[in-house]
Amino acid sequence: MNTQSNAMPESPLESQVIAPAVISATRRMYWSVRRELWENRSIYIAPLAVAGVVVFGFLIATIGRAVATVDPARKAAVLAEPNSFAAGLIMGTAFIVGIFYSLDALYGERRDRSIFFWKSLPVSDLTTVLSKVTIPLIILPLLSFAITVVTQFVMLLLSTAVLLGSGLSVGTLWTQLSFFHMSLMLLYHILTVHGLWYAPIYGWLLLVSAWAPRAPFMWAFLPPFVIWGVEKIAFKTSHFLAMLQYRLTGPEPSTTTAPGGNLMDMLSALTPAQFFSTPGLWIGLLVAAAFLAAAVRLRRYREPI
Amino acid sequence: MACIEARGLRKAFGTTIAVDGINLRVEEGRILGLIGPNGAGKTTALNAILGLTPYQGELRVLGRDPWTERDQLMRDVCFIADVAVLPRWIRVSQALDYVTGVHPRFDRAKAESFLAKTTIRRASKVRELSKGMVTQLHLALVMAIDAKLLVLDEPTLGLDILYRKQFYDSLLNDYFDRSRTIVVTTHQVEEIQNVLTDVMFIDRGRIVFDCSMEQLESRYLEVMVHPEQVAAARALKPMHERQVLGRSILLFDAADRQQLAALGDVRTPSIADLFVAVMGNQAGQAQGAAQ
Repeated sequence: MNTQSNAMPESPLESQVIAPAVISATRRMYWSVRRELWENRSIYIAPLAVAGVVVFGFLIATIGRAVATVDPARKAAVLAEPNSFAAGLIMGTAFIVGIFYSLDALYGERRDRSIFFWKSLPVSDLTTVLSKVTIPLIILPLLSFAITVVTQFVMLLLSTAVLLGSGLSVGTLWTQLSFFHMSLMLLYHILTVHGLWYAPIYGWLLLVSAWAPRAPFMWAFLPPFVIWGVEKIAFKTSHFLAMLQYRLTGPEPSTTTAPGGNLMDMLSALTPAQFFSTPGLWIGLLVAAAFLAAAVRLRRYREPI
Repeated sequence: MACIEARGLRKAFGTTIAVDGINLRVEEGRILGLIGPNGAGKTTALNAILGLTPYQGELRVLGRDPWTERDQLMRDVCFIADVAVLPRWIRVSQALDYVTGVHPRFDRAKAESFLAKTTIRRASKVRELSKGMVTQLHLALVMAIDAKLLVLDEPTLGLDILYRKQFYDSLLNDYFDRSRTIVVTTHQVEEIQNVLTDVMFIDRGRIVFDCSMEQLESRYLEVMVHPEQVAAARALKPMHERQVLGRSILLFDAADRQQLAALGDVRTPSIADLFVAVMGNQAGQAQGAAQ
């Protein structure tokens, strides 16, 4: 009855010996994250597309400006301004992608029944949920950082070309736009705000995505709205709204959106010590951990819808 | 150690009892067919065995508690819960990469050689494949896993007869060896009759019939009775009687073969006929109890 097994390269017994008995947790995690990137290509396509549009727009603007007679003294500042705008646009895109990704991450696999396939493999619910939260907390921030830096560098080269073309000195541009410092500040902002400060937001979205029987978007945004309304009517206060605003705007005024003034001053204004001693950060991380633990537990119980 | 051992396995959804205190023991190396009408509790029982749903009672699969140790259990167990569960966005090559990446007992070369026998292209996405091809792909992935237990829940639902035949052929020829255990549920009972070593009927959350195929062949006999012998045959207390083309076919449990041979043509009943007989008696008993 085993007539066809001759075609097999190995018998099951041999392959058992060859196959590694254990697969490390990191390797499972790595493949789970890659799986997410296969499924959700918008994670990198969306920020890349926005970067492309920014560069294209900048190209048109600089060509326009090169022809126009701008005061040579202000020219560098005019050219530098789009840098922070580009950074904001790309990070904003990544934030939106992160929100939609998180809401669908544990809901989509139930909707298309593929949760049965994923659960048929030796990957724990914890690994699955952690791999999914990696996307908005680590992958998207680092990706948007890399894309922003490349975009800004391309814009800087374009500006340089334009300034040289119009016979002006590029010195002011390169000294004012200290590229390295700007990137460093951006990285700091992305890691602290997008990677740590926003963790409870993504934790909440993943929890809703694991739980929602349908319409995760509604379940994610309706409860905060109801809490705000009830608080407003019952106590005539809006602490909850203030809390949400605090969470969204971050513990300190955003450094990267400040116009390109004196960058060295802005760099020294960064206060990691203050950021890491903000109670809001640690409370937020605790809340995020609780949300994620609940999501892990829920995924065990959830079946296709 | 038994491959699956359940004692008093119970599962209720609200007031509906899906699995009502099942006792079950499946030894290693068996191919068990779990057969029952829709809503009998087959899928619920299998989901409990696979750690997909919480349950009451005692249940050990390969010595593990499936609910709390699902991820470890899945190193030695694989299942096809439904033909439509492969994610539609995944490419064939990605599915191979992923399973290779996370499963310690997955033999990629073996999966590739199964796929080589089909027309499935590596670059295709699952959504571009026909239903039959998706099943072939899933089966190729599952058969390349060196698992101790394979669970198939209606694996051939919605497939045409060619694919169904092929499915069970490759399962027997390329996968099954005496050390593996397979549990399969299906509505196409006739197609798996020759595949099984054991058969179990489940109805309203209970196991109503449990028998090995050898037992079944020696114990149950079906006689197409000569018209003039019908009264004599009925006197031997058949389990069930049905009419086919004007002839009476009587099904006996533990009757004497020679005695039956005098009454008409004796043969082993099909699982489908036995199922109808057992279920008919169940319904009769239930009615009797109600009265």
